[in-house]
Parts: sequence; C-alpha cells; structure tokens
Amino acid sequence: MGTNLTIGKAINAGLRASMEHDPKVLVMGEDVGRLGGVFRVTDGLHKDFGADRVIDTPLAESGIVGTAIGMAMRGYRPVVEIQFDGFFFPAANQTFTQLAKMRRRSAGKLAMPVVMRIPYGGGIGAVEHHSESPEAYFQHTAGLRVVSVANPEDAYWMIQQAVRSDDPVIFLEPKRRYYEKAEVDTGVSIDAVTPMGAARVARPGTDCTLLAYGPMVKTALQAAAADEEHSIEVIDVRSLAPVDYATITESVKRTGRLVVAHEATLTGGPGAEIAARVTEECFYHLESPVIRVAAFDTPYPQSRLEEHYLPDLDRVLDGVDRAFAY
Amino acid sequence: MPQTAAHEEPELIQLLTPEGELTEHPDYPLDISAEEIRALYRDLVLVRRIDSEAVSLQRQGELGLWASLLGQEAAQIGSGRALRSEDMAFPSYREHGVAWCRGIEPKELLGMFRGVTNGGWDPHEYGLHLYTIVIGSQALHATGYAMGVQRDGAVGEDGTAVISYFGDGATSQGDTNEAFNFASVNNAPVVFFCQNNQWAISEPLERQARVPIYKRAAGFGFPGVRVDGNDVLACLAVTRAALDNARTGQGPTLIEAFTYRMGAHTTNDDPTRYRDAAELDEWKAKDPIMRVRNHLELYELADEAFFAKIDEEADKVGEMVRTQCRSMADPEPLEIFDEVYAEPNVHIDRQRSEFADYLASFEGAGAEGGR
Repeated sequence: MGTNLTIGKAINAGLRASMEHDPKVLVMGEDVGRLGGVFRVTDGLHKDFGADRVIDTPLAESGIVGTAIGMAMRGYRPVVEIQFDGFFFPAANQTFTQLAKMRRRSAGKLAMPVVMRIPYGGGIGAVEHHSESPEAYFQHTAGLRVVSVANPEDAYWMIQQAVRSDDPVIFLEPKRRYYEKAEVDTGVSIDAVTPMGAARVARPGTDCTLLAYGPMVKTALQAAAADEEHSIEVIDVRSLAPVDYATITESVKRTGRLVVAHEATLTGGPGAEIAARVTEECFYHLESPVIRVAAFDTPYPQSRLEEHYLPDLDRVLDGVDRAFAY
Repeated sequence: MPQTAAHEEPELIQLLTPEGELTEHPDYPLDISAEEIRALYRDLVLVRRIDSEAVSLQRQGELGLWASLLGQEAAQIGSGRALRSEDMAFPSYREHGVAWCRGIEPKELLGMFRGVTNGGWDPHEYGLHLYTIVIGSQALHATGYAMGVQRDGAVGEDGTAVISYFGDGATSQGDTNEAFNFASVNNAPVVFFCQNNQWAISEPLERQARVPIYKRAAGFGFPGVRVDGNDVLACLAVTRAALDNARTGQGPTLIEAFTYRMGAHTTNDDPTRYRDAAELDEWKAKDPIMRVRNHLELYELADEAFFAKIDEEADKVGEMVRTQCRSMADPEPLEIFDEVYAEPNVHIDRQRSEFADYLASFEGAGAEGGR
C-alpha cells in the first residue's frame, strides 16, 4: 500500500495512526489544534479526534512539558509539539530535571512515554531562534532518547515507534525538508519495520563513510553522488541516543575513513562524540582522523548569512577531501 | 452582607485560636468529633517526632541532609487528612506530614536524605508523587495529572482531586505561575496549597511578593484563600472544601497556609545569620500542636492518660525511625545503571558491563597483598 507523502504529511499520518491505535495518545502544543500547527503537521487531528485529545495549550513551553509529565503519570501518552527549536529552552528545566530522570528517580515505577516533536535546523530564511540545532543538549542528557528523521518513510514509522516507546523521545524534524516527497509503504506491520534505534545505510560505498542525520542526509547523499573520484558510503544515523555504533563501526572498518556532518555547532556536537567512539573502536582501521563538518561555534547568524554557516554540499566534499589528504 | 475592608483584606481563616477555643467560620463549617480531633493531635505529635529524630540522625551522620517541617505540622496534617485515598498529592521536599497522612513509612523519606534512593516509593500506590526538589516543577505535574483526571471523566461527587504543595519561594517560579494558568484555562481539578512559612532559606516573604500570595489567584481567574496554617482544623476545613470544588468540576483554588518555618531551611542552614530570635518566640506562642492540646484540655476532650499514651507512642515511633534509618544499607554499585530507560540501551549495557569488569578486577587483590 504505497502512498506518496511529504515528510510533514508522513508525520501527520503517523500521528493519526498512533491516535487510532491507542486512545491514550494525546497531541498538545501551541497552535496544534484548529490551525494544525504552524507547519500543519497536526492538520486535521483536532477535527477528527477532538479538543480533549488535540490540545491547544497556553503559550508556555515549560508548562507544556510539565503538564505532559503529569498526564503521563495519569496513564496518557502525550505527543508534545515545541513550535520551533529555539523555543525549547524555556522547557529545559522540565525536560532535563524532571522528564529525563523520572524513571530512575522512581526506581522504575513511573514511565514517561512522552514524545517531544521539535522542528529543527536552518535553511528556511527565518528570523532569530527559528533555525537552531540543539540535539547535543539532548544527546548529553541521560534518560532521553533522541531521533531525527530524514525521509517520509522514516517520518511515518519512527513517529509511531516514538509514541509506543515507554521512554521520553526527542523527535527532531528537519523543517527545511518537510516538503520532501517519497513513496511510503504504510501497509506493513510496525513490528516488521527497522527499529528507531538503528542506523541505516542510505547509500553503499567502499572508500569513505559519511555520517549524517535529519536535514543533512540529503546533502550527504548529494555530496556522495557528486564525488566522482571516491565511492562514499552514506549512513543516516537516525538515532542520536543511543547511537547505533555497530552499523557505523562495521562501515568504517571497511572504508577506513569517516566524515561526520551536522548542522549543530562543532564543539561538543554529536560529531565529537561519534569521532571519539569510532577512534576507540576502529583505531587500527582508520586511514585518517575522523573529520567533522559542522556549523561554526557562533550563534546562528542572520538568515542572509546562513548559506555560509550551514554545511552545504561543497563543505561536505571539502571534509571528504580532507579525509583523503592523509 | 455589606462589602467592608475586611472583605478585601480578610483575616486568616481560623477555627481554633492559639488558646484552644473553637470558633466558627460561615464559609467553612466543620463537623468534627472529639475522637477525630484526638486523632489529629496524634498525627501532629508523631510527625513532629519523626522530624526531630531525623534532624538528630543527620547530626549523627546517618543522613546527608534533612529539611525539617517544624512549625508546619498543622498545615500538612490538616490538608493531608482532607485528601481521599483516590486523590493525588504532589509534594515539594518538606511534606513529611503529608507523606504520613498518605501512609508512607518514614524510612521511605529517610532513604532519600540518606542517599540510598532518589525517592523510590510507588506514587500510584500511595497517592503521593515523589518529593520534587527543583522548586515549583511539581505544580505543573499536578496540573497535567488533573488534566488527565478530566479526560478520564473522573470528575463528580466520587471524583478525583489533585493537590500540589509548594512554598512561598516557589510562587516566584515561572513553573508555578504557568501551572496556575494551565489549571485555570482548563478548569482542572487541582488545589494549589502554598505553605507560606515566611522564609525561602534566608529571603523573607517581601523578597518574593508585593501582594499577599492568595491574591495572585484572582489574576489567574480562580479563588484564593488565606488560612491560619498553624490551625489544623482550619487547614482541614479549607482544604476539604477546595478539594470538593475541584473534584466536582468547579476548578482550582489557591490556598495560602500562613505559617512559620520554626527551624532552619535544612540541616545545612543557620537561620541565626538572617533572622531575629524574637520572631521565633512570637510564632512559638502560635504553636500548631500546643493549640490542639489546649483545646482538648479546655473542652475536657482528653485526659492526662491520653497525652501520656501519645507521648509513649511517639517514643516508639522515634525508636522505629532510628532503627529503620540505621538499617538501610548502601545500594550495590551496579544499581547506578538500573531504570535509566524502560527499553534496553546499548550504551548503558556496555558501561554496566565495563564497570562490572572493572570492579571485579579488584577482587582477590587483597589476598595477593595488593598491587
């Protein structure tokens, strides 16, 4: 049963399937109801599931996450929308001190099946605070799972897997890729789908492994196709917490080179952690140091500069060239 | 009834004077038997004893820290006894009296302050969420839980009410104010119970608020009331009324229990650095336990044998607290890795395994004379 869906529509369809599957699933956030969210990802859900299950909340991110925690304690499975990446920060306390630690604090007696959907990343010409890539904060926080989707197929299935998880999941949506379209096979069983914790080889290759996730997967695939000299294997990391190192190290041991690309800033970014781990596990297989291609260690610039700030195809290829320079 | 200044600036709602005289309040009639008042007296004495034992245990090095409830017993027992078993309470970290009312054994509280657990009791079993240390965070959890109660249709005479405890300091937090707003716009069945004990560590009330705390409720669109927090009967009556309003779909209430932290903020604190001894003496005259005893004696509702029996029981509880505390063993090192995630996690599993191997590498080192 193939359906041609954008990433945004695929998440919408996945949310709908989740709500049909389990009456305890709720959607809550700013403008998620009648408007259907500023990106329309929750479009139609309010009409079909009602205001009790698709909740237009007051404009207060800490309040949204804090009340979602209380709802989870009462047995619900809230899917929270944080309208933009930069608006997550008011909810940082509830996320880091409460949501992430609740299971451990209660010695396993409280589950926190809360999904926090966050449209993230740059490239849409937005004003300040609408283009951030905060994934390293989440990856660094014990108790959270962190995933990012890069195509409609994953968007459709991984949102459903996230909703079914008994752990809190930060679900990062690549906002500049919301309108990317592909066929999604919605007819298979969710149990037959690749688990959301697994990485995926997006393009096989033999000379160099190129890691990306979310919005950078498309850029990485374009870079691999543009490089006529080398056979580049592209891996979509998909899960940042935990990272599927088995898939990554298997690839690096074959190719001997690793380039990690992300929109998050360089220092302390996910690439740094992946580089450290891969160096430990693949030391004798590496032909070059692990190369990181990332945003600069500056605040996200004004939008007229973002094309210079975001790693693009050429910056990724430059990183590949640096790997082959050794 | 004509509007007077008293309606704008109501006195504390009080049903029991410091001298033990029973008064009546038109809005909060309380039908209570002598036996029930004696039971409240027992609660008050026993939780004060648990508390003072815990302070001593901290002094002896058995606890890392303790946050004493001294002076706030009436606010906690009065409100705690207003709860029904199906109700849900969200405490801060000083609510030992509420925990007592919910049937939590003192050792469960001590475990957290001894450092052997981070809480650990089952919130659903007792109707009491874990202690929350980050100030004000639990007010939102209570509100969200209450929104869940609404969605369960558990509103009505037999409905479920939710209560969130916090202090005067917490009223400065964004989360507390966001909780007021979420509760209001959702008409959620939640009661906000603020124990205004006049001090947030060293900062007096005037550093937190320019208006009486209960008056904040009006701005959010629900009733606020100030009760004598050292009057267990008034706290019981006012909380019961607010919980009933919540459970029958009439929305939230903010209760400001006007009380006093007679001890230090925690065992690490030294209040002599920031407040006058005279202030404490003034509040000692309004002691929450003494006024119930005064009442029982004044109205001849209890004899010496009763008070002696309660004191004897307090001694037994004290001994139990000491024994329970000292018998709590340290957790096993590998417990660090438990219950971080519900689902298997490769990183945690790997680190557990590596740390287990590391620990095992020391086994037998002593027999070999060490390295």
